[in-house]
Amino acid sequence: MNFERIKEKLNILADAAKYDVSCSSSGSKRTNKNKGLGDSSGMGICHTYTEDGRCVSLLKILLTNHCIFDCAYCVTRKSNDVKRAAFKVQEVVDLTINFYRRNYIEGLFLSSGIFKSADYTMERLVAVAKKLRLEENFNGYIHLKSIPGASDELMREAGLYADRLSVNIEIPSVKGLKLLAPDKNRADFIKPMEKVKNEIIQYKAEKKLFKNTPIYAPAGQSTQMIIGATNETDAEIMYTSASFYKNFNLKRVYYSGYVPISYDSRLPSIGTEVPMMRENRLYQTDWLLRFYGFDIRELLNKDTPNLDMDIDPKLSWALRNLNLFPIDINKADKHMLARIPGLGMKSVNKIINARRFRKLNWEHLKAIGAAVNRAKYFMTCDSRVFETRDLTAAQIKGLILSNSNSKYQKTLSNQLNLFDAVTPLSV
Amino acid sequence: MSDILVYDGSFDGFLTVVFEVFECKLQYPKIEPSHRASATFFNKIREIKTDPIKSKRVWDGIIKKRNSNIKRIIYKAFLSEKVGVENILLDYIYKVFANNTSIFGNFTDSSVLKLSKIVKSVEREKHRMDAFIRFKLTKDNIYFATIEPDFNVLPLIAKHFKDRYADQQWIIYDLKRNNGLYYNLKIVENITLELKPEALKTKGSDVLFTQEELAYEELWKNYFKSTNIESRKNMVLHIKHVPKRYWKYLSEKQL
Repeated sequence: MNFERIKEKLNILADAAKYDVSCSSSGSKRTNKNKGLGDSSGMGICHTYTEDGRCVSLLKILLTNHCIFDCAYCVTRKSNDVKRAAFKVQEVVDLTINFYRRNYIEGLFLSSGIFKSADYTMERLVAVAKKLRLEENFNGYIHLKSIPGASDELMREAGLYADRLSVNIEIPSVKGLKLLAPDKNRADFIKPMEKVKNEIIQYKAEKKLFKNTPIYAPAGQSTQMIIGATNETDAEIMYTSASFYKNFNLKRVYYSGYVPISYDSRLPSIGTEVPMMRENRLYQTDWLLRFYGFDIRELLNKDTPNLDMDIDPKLSWALRNLNLFPIDINKADKHMLARIPGLGMKSVNKIINARRFRKLNWEHLKAIGAAVNRAKYFMTCDSRVFETRDLTAAQIKGLILSNSNSKYQKTLSNQLNLFDAVTPLSV
Repeated sequence: MSDILVYDGSFDGFLTVVFEVFECKLQYPKIEPSHRASATFFNKIREIKTDPIKSKRVWDGIIKKRNSNIKRIIYKAFLSEKVGVENILLDYIYKVFANNTSIFGNFTDSSVLKLSKIVKSVEREKHRMDAFIRFKLTKDNIYFATIEPDFNVLPLIAKHFKDRYADQQWIIYDLKRNNGLYYNLKIVENITLELKPEALKTKGSDVLFTQEELAYEELWKNYFKSTNIESRKNMVLHIKHVPKRYWKYLSEKQL
């Protein structure tokens, strides 16, 4: 192996792949077979974190950054003047195996620029996965990109070797896609996604009848949207996301704040800040939908097309619905407990466990680890101390903000001074 | 005035002490491992010899409670080696035997809450070892890694690495506690080594390791650099996820 050459390729092709944010390595059920290498049946593992704070779980690379498309938002677009390189199938296999053996990674995340045609590219991606599984008896995690427009036969084969498949819809709206990537269309993204979805449904049905049905994409599908490259509202983004969760049974939708990489006038100019905070709020909304039992229409609608940047979406929802509060945490059901700002699902479960033994008061809640500073305006417990003033939503918001340290404080500083007049409730 | 009960530091030893406490109906004894114990003006030291029969009776009693969470809490909290954890555990075991209903979920009880926090940190450390261990291929064809975990998590990680690296020989060595795990392609053994200083260097030396090993380490470092997005740099978050005390074992963090 010529390490110098490999190093050069790795630098180019890892650099080009880094804008794909998906890094999860969980959810697969693949166990070690015949004393082979690897096991991906446990929980996901982040082996390290880059200096931007993102987890490194998989060897995330492109097979090549040669591409026939010219999508404005993408670093590997045809018209961009960057160094190009391509891995041979065997080189990717060797890198993956050797990184895995040293416990650097959980597996491989393989994507690619599109060279020649969609099918030609997809075939190469599948060849890598196939070689890893069949020749190397590799049972680590493999995440393959579904290339838009790839044929059904190839997508069927991809799922036999990969744990997760994903196709990025990139731009949340169809009109945005048309603007930035005129040679691509939504239907090409949907086609492989649809095929994989149907294969997974079929696999699950057959599995019930035949125990040895070969597993098909056990970690499911995901997708990614770029945030802030086009001018969609948060509502548009999250409604798209919710419909993908619903219609394609996706495991995850990722939101990737646009990192300016181009002087194209259709895009935010170079030097524009990456919308990290907006990204964070979108993920919070995503979590509320998936784990807290919220409906997207409660969080974003015609009256509130965008998320508040200074407070989280759950608090923001609670402030719009003060008529539902306060909630008695010793009586309320799980569904309502999960809606109290300041209580996460872990606290909710602890409360439900603990209140079987006795009624809980403020001290108990603090010891359990609930964010009482926020929760106290929305709940009552076994104590005579509770919020008795008839505070308006704006007052509560002011009190909470003045008592908290947001990591985004810098961006928000001038909004905080309005409500100093009210003194906080002490419990 | 009461005695300090001293045991040899093993889990069996601790359970033997628990047996003695119940057997002799001792009131609020202090329990300490031998390497930490010292007599004071008021307290005498009483050594308890580890007895596998007695410890098994206690453990069987705990198993009879049919709650795998309770087993998990007791064992993992013990591995934390925290000062005073033995007495919290004793209080917990009293309550486990006294209550018919499981006390596992009673987070208003101070022992339950303390132990659940300790276990959380032990499990986090275990998970960190799963993530942060970096093997280096030695010239003897053994994948070798050294660690210094905050808690004694070696017994907890053996299965994870055995399942995963079934076709390669490996050693994970805990420098702090001077013992390690060696997988010989069949079973995982406990070993004690006398390590040469070359083995302890994070930067691979070519005395012990193959040329190929050093090349892969180099590739990995390069990958780590190229996959970073400079315009999103956030060192606070980075250090939160990868605390500095682990850096010396992470090849990607070496210059």
